[in-house]
Amino acid sequence: MRKNQVAVVGAAETTELGVIPTMSQLQLHADAALNAIADAGLKLSDIDGFATAVETPQQVCHYLGIKPTWVDGTSVGGCSFMLHVRHAAAAIEAGLCKTVLITHAESGKSMIGKLPRSTPADSLNGQFEAPYGVYGPPSMFPIPVLRFMKTYGITHEQLASVAVVQREWAAKNPRAMMKDPITVADVLNSRMIAYPFRLLQCCLVTDGGGALILTSADRAKDFPRKPVYIMGTGESVETPMVSQMETFNSSRAFKTAGPLAFKEAGIAHKDVDHLMIYDAFAHLPLFGLGDLGFMPYEETGQFIADGNTRPGGKLPLNTNGGGLSYMHSGMYGMYALQESVRQMRGIAPAQVPNAKISVCHGVGGMFAASGTIVFTNER
Amino acid sequence: MAEPQRARPKPTPETQHFWDGTKAGELRLQRCDACAHVYFPPRPFCPSCASRKVSVFKASGKGFLYSYVINHRPAAPGFTPPYAIAVVELDEGPRMMSNIIDCPQTPEALALDMKLEVAFQELDDKITLPVFRPAKG
Repeated sequence: MRKNQVAVVGAAETTELGVIPTMSQLQLHADAALNAIADAGLKLSDIDGFATAVETPQQVCHYLGIKPTWVDGTSVGGCSFMLHVRHAAAAIEAGLCKTVLITHAESGKSMIGKLPRSTPADSLNGQFEAPYGVYGPPSMFPIPVLRFMKTYGITHEQLASVAVVQREWAAKNPRAMMKDPITVADVLNSRMIAYPFRLLQCCLVTDGGGALILTSADRAKDFPRKPVYIMGTGESVETPMVSQMETFNSSRAFKTAGPLAFKEAGIAHKDVDHLMIYDAFAHLPLFGLGDLGFMPYEETGQFIADGNTRPGGKLPLNTNGGGLSYMHSGMYGMYALQESVRQMRGIAPAQVPNAKISVCHGVGGMFAASGTIVFTNER
Repeated sequence: MAEPQRARPKPTPETQHFWDGTKAGELRLQRCDACAHVYFPPRPFCPSCASRKVSVFKASGKGFLYSYVINHRPAAPGFTPPYAIAVVELDEGPRMMSNIIDCPQTPEALALDMKLEVAFQELDDKITLPVFRPAKG
């Protein structure tokens, strides 16, 4: 794909984030969509392309009254929205549609109108993982981390520092769920969830949603907001079974998606002003820093513990507070994208001064899928 | 009301040989007749070279502890926390999820790379689950 041919011209989250007992999951989609439409200065009838995950495109399109000529229901977990951005950019470039709306919403906490998740007993996960007591992401996602720690000499304190640093960012963000400062000791003394991870190393469970609107870069200059260009994109999948990853020392999906996006954007790591790495759990930023090639894996833990990713650090990372402190409805990728767009527009609550390039890296399932988007505010 | 049970696998045509094996006290893997690749989970073709000529064989049942978590909460039905959910690397190459029995479920006792051997846990008259214990000697 050619870089900077498509831009984000509308971006918004749901009016409220956190605990929203007044809306079903479907209405949260609509709330986010209407906010993004207003942000872009458009009408619903202007939307001719639509993408969403978990909920079907037909469900959300019908509810909103959208009549699309292009739809994408790619649903590969929390990074689905990174893949939607990539697919939408390709579709707009190919002339399949002009104006794409991407929505995410999840009643993750209140569970109103939330679709059930189940693992059939005759699926491969049902036969070869479920019988061993896996029960929700906290029991599965951290399974690789002890091997990763041993291979690279990563310490429990370094993994705790991920949560500490992200709380520093969250403290600057009025919409973050958790804003009180925490220490490494607080993290290591919090309730054990699935050793080696404790409560403060696991993501929040909240309600919310977000929506993006994309159009061609040529049209983007006529919109009210500063366009944010899609500079590079990448995607991949590996396996729905965490036990079957090629290795626990890295993520194959990350190592495929990330470099694809960097190559397409034509950037080097030193060009990155702002970085989002989907943090459902505290080890993901370490995998991301290594798999995206920012540094050797051995250095990732100390890099964060030394404060390089905190406010004022040389590589601002997860500047909304992340899934650990900002919000996490279950599929966090949309919120990472929203923060990248805010940073590129220059309106983030914890704005990185003069940021021109933002990399937004997502994970789906338990390292099952990945999508990476490079944004820029300069064409 | 009966106690909640642990999740029961339901075999498919492609995996039946594996579950027949565990019931007979064997851990069965598959090897590609064309490229010799050994793989898991079961499927009637080689995921490395796509050959449909593959054979089932009895694995050694030996391996080592590749990684794990000790799950505290929420606990799956049929499990009493804390319990380890482990990934075992078999001597033949493939890895599989399992539980570690005859071993304290603590970080001190569960040392990465410790040698393990297969054991079989009968869940009911249809399903016997392969689990692992610290290897003797």
